[in-house]
Amino acid sequence: MLAYIIRRLIGAVLMLLLVSLVTFGIFFGLPKLAGQTTDQLAAAYVGKAPTAEAIQDTKERLGLDKPIVVQYGNYLKGIVAGKDYKAGPVTDHCPAPCLGYSYRSSQPVLQTLLDRAPATVSLALGAAVIWLIGGISTGVISALRRGTLWDRTAMIIALSGVSLPIYFTGLVSLALFSYTLKIFPGGGSYPPAGITGDPVTWFQSLVLPWVTLAFLYAAMYARLTRAGMLETMNEDYIRTARAKGLPEKTVVTKHALRASLTPILTIFGLDLGLLLGGAVLTENTFGIPGLGQLAISSINGGDLPMVLGITLITATSIVGINLIVDLLYAVVDPRVRLS
Amino acid sequence: MTGTAPAADTADTGEAPTAFLDVRDLRIHFPTDDGLVKSVDGLSFQLERGRTLGIVGESGSGKSVTSLGILGLHNKRNASVSGEIWLNGKELVNASQSEVRRLRGRDMAMIFQDPLSAMHPFYTVGKQIIEAYRVHNDVSKQVARKHAIEMLGRVGIPKPDKRVDDYPHQFSGGMRQRAMIAMALSCDPELLIADEPTTALDVTVQAQILDLIRDLQQEFNSAVIMITHDLGVVAELSDDILVMYAGRAAEYAAVEDAFHAPLHPYTWGLLGSMPRLDRERTERLQPIEGSPPSLINVPSGCAFHPRCPYVDLNGDKCTTERPELVEVVPGHKAACHLPLEKKREIWNDEIRPKL
Repeated sequence: MLAYIIRRLIGAVLMLLLVSLVTFGIFFGLPKLAGQTTDQLAAAYVGKAPTAEAIQDTKERLGLDKPIVVQYGNYLKGIVAGKDYKAGPVTDHCPAPCLGYSYRSSQPVLQTLLDRAPATVSLALGAAVIWLIGGISTGVISALRRGTLWDRTAMIIALSGVSLPIYFTGLVSLALFSYTLKIFPGGGSYPPAGITGDPVTWFQSLVLPWVTLAFLYAAMYARLTRAGMLETMNEDYIRTARAKGLPEKTVVTKHALRASLTPILTIFGLDLGLLLGGAVLTENTFGIPGLGQLAISSINGGDLPMVLGITLITATSIVGINLIVDLLYAVVDPRVRLS
Repeated sequence: MTGTAPAADTADTGEAPTAFLDVRDLRIHFPTDDGLVKSVDGLSFQLERGRTLGIVGESGSGKSVTSLGILGLHNKRNASVSGEIWLNGKELVNASQSEVRRLRGRDMAMIFQDPLSAMHPFYTVGKQIIEAYRVHNDVSKQVARKHAIEMLGRVGIPKPDKRVDDYPHQFSGGMRQRAMIAMALSCDPELLIADEPTTALDVTVQAQILDLIRDLQQEFNSAVIMITHDLGVVAELSDDILVMYAGRAAEYAAVEDAFHAPLHPYTWGLLGSMPRLDRERTERLQPIEGSPPSLINVPSGCAFHPRCPYVDLNGDKCTTERPELVEVVPGHKAACHLPLEKKREIWNDEIRPKL
């Protein structure tokens, strides 16, 4: 078991290395290949109306004049051991794990990511709870009442949930519940201090994003659960459970649902991992200052260190949550042996 | 051996029977898009405690559907069940679902064909037996666990106190079937239905499982329905035999009568297609020509007539008039238009020498 976890962690690190290499290559290697000079790259850091001196200075400070491999090596070194940036007489120390500085705000990338993460985590976890409960229970009921009006209605709603994009459902829900009915606050009302500063506003501002985001996933999970349940209910061991004289409720929850949940667990790991790296559409629709919003603004602003940082964070959360899911798998299904 | 096949006219009287299990005119139909599937179409039989009834027939003859029907395991939404099933003086077809559920596992239990898929893969064998016991007995988990270990020991699982915490996939096929039997017998049921309990097992294990069922039957004095397509199993274990064809009884007799003086061409065919090791190997096995009929379009007259080699001996009676199951000789019923004398002649002159 421990050996398995260690092996998986090593695999995870290699995976992240690969992701960082590819991302780094795209952002720092491709511009060079495309003919951009290091001067032009450095100019992006300096700001408006760069002087030749400032560019030269920045180039040396960030090591942009060095070969790409050396730059990548320095980037990794910064993550592991921290990094010193010499700016004239001042030496700026960026402690490990150092992801560099933003081109735009000159803030450390890591700190910015940590500032933005709570909003994304709040959004993703809250939505996950709603979609798991809503999606799975809808799927179970649909499977048990297959072909009834309930089933058909639920599946049509689920189909629309899967097909409608967040920026549509999100805006419709904002228009209806916020601007017309005035039940919930409008977009951009997420409190800057998050849950610790103002829990009530935090909650109110997240209800619509939670529900909107959960609707999309709940629809998917309802269809998955329904299909899984329909298959499981035909298994021989369900017949055995009935033949034992178990009440139908026990047969459904303890025997059928338990077996149907394993594939859902896998999908859930992927979905949640991806969302924790930033719910781009939801955050931008509702103006939540999370990683997703940061990602969009960084891409628009050509803020390469920030984009690189977000990519790494997303990859880390996907890899990490998948490891947890794989460990859970062994708990859920005794036939799975971790080796 | 007493021929206990009863008179058919007890059916549909609605009165409580004297037999422990009395199935009367059981019909189990499945409406489908292609038409009405008559899986069981007017089946009647009786069974007493301590005795074994073997139900034989080809795949799709309605054997398993019958057994699931007795347990009330058909979904009311896609199956229509009619007729009467009396168990210990209680009628089951018209009883409420929850009443039948309470009887399941406690008064009647079932052993399924494939022990590999019949146990839940996520729960230990012990947990599944404990669960079966605790549905019907208000006892603590510790007591139920002790009972589960005792049952596992009784069906011949070594080190039951350790194996009780194993998962089904850690058991071999034979052990799994033993565990299924332990589970089925955990509440001491009076009726045990074994649906091809040895089909998925290899031959040496088959004999052990059959021995086990027989021993346990004597110990518990339960009534056993043995569903199989293996005539050897029936000969070994059963007191009576019910041969099914296309959802109906073709022949119903004491097992010795059915093997030594069968009165239905279908039974002759079954016997002819059974390999025998105790006779000289003279000829190839004699399979029954053709294949079982569709249960949506059952052939007119006798359902067996398209495959019956003697269909011409009776004019067109066999193709137009459905033969009822009648007592041809005392205690021996058959559903066939051929005159008794003719059947004896064919059996003695043509069939028997070839077996």
